[in-house]
Amino acid sequence: MEHRRSEWREGLRHGIPIACGYFFVSFTFGIYGVSLGFRWWECVLVSMTNLTSAGQVSGVGIIAEGGTLIELAVSQIVINLRYSLMGISLSQNTDEDFTGGKRAILAFGLTDEIYGVAANRTTPVSTRYYLGLMTLPYFGWAAGTLFGALFGSFVSETVTSIMTLAIYGMFIAIVVPKAKTDRKVLAVALLAAAISVLCYSAPVLSKIPKGFSVIVCAVIAAAAGAWLFPVTGGGDADE
Amino acid sequence: MNRFVLCLLVMAGVTYLVRAVPFVAFRRKVRNRFFRSFLYYVPYAVLTAMTVPAALFATESPVIAGCGLLTAGILAYRGRGLVIVSLSACAAAFAAWGITSLIG
Repeated sequence: MEHRRSEWREGLRHGIPIACGYFFVSFTFGIYGVSLGFRWWECVLVSMTNLTSAGQVSGVGIIAEGGTLIELAVSQIVINLRYSLMGISLSQNTDEDFTGGKRAILAFGLTDEIYGVAANRTTPVSTRYYLGLMTLPYFGWAAGTLFGALFGSFVSETVTSIMTLAIYGMFIAIVVPKAKTDRKVLAVALLAAAISVLCYSAPVLSKIPKGFSVIVCAVIAAAAGAWLFPVTGGGDADE
Repeated sequence: MNRFVLCLLVMAGVTYLVRAVPFVAFRRKVRNRFFRSFLYYVPYAVLTAMTVPAALFATESPVIAGCGLLTAGILAYRGRGLVIVSLSACAAAFAAWGITSLIG
């Protein structure tokens, strides 16, 4: 019991920086939604049911332009396909209690950041840890949207943009220590960075939607890593 | 039905399925060595691809973002935790913003 509760608490604690970052990212989403003509509660509903940044931005854009439902569905699949990859990856590191029904419910909280933190866990991820982890970010995401939609026009853009760095800081806190101890991870990360810069700057490639280009970069870099430096043992690399 | 509600259902439904189907379907440990290695590298490849170079353009100037990211990198290298690293990135960026706006 004590162990279970500490798992939940630890998840909550790890969710704090995610929630802070989400608040400011979804704050900008709230501003954007209202600027497209959505009402504040519509923006909040989108955030509470989708919980994804790039997908929501593109989705409300398509709705505002009067796009078709097919267009909407395809855009969400393409931009959010990275979650499928993350789901497969995370499925390899969950504990025995993390079964089908619980997965079906908790999959809702599978975001880039929650995945990143959960995937970095050295012990198998428990449902309690995961639930704790997704709780604060969920409310941070909804609250940020609400505040952005209602009060966005009163807050300096500089302040909100700087606070979004909390999320990137978290990514750095996950990748750097791992790359420091595992040279193969360092090589894969550098390759991913190089391809990502290429996608960002090359004229044709920069037209690929951002959420999708992440998959392209990650699949190429991770496949190259798997081909060049296959890991041995029970799933973790030989450290 | 109201168009907004219909769009919301499609958006949320598709996004949910993209997340849930593979997560629920992949129950067993992957045995294939290539695929297992691939999955081992995926988190770091994904997070790096999301950070580089997008983080540099997240604020109004790459200098401000750069100061925050560099701070995060140094602290992470020294083994500081998630909360410290990410909040320090923001603090350093605020400091950089203050200094650059004082200079000119």
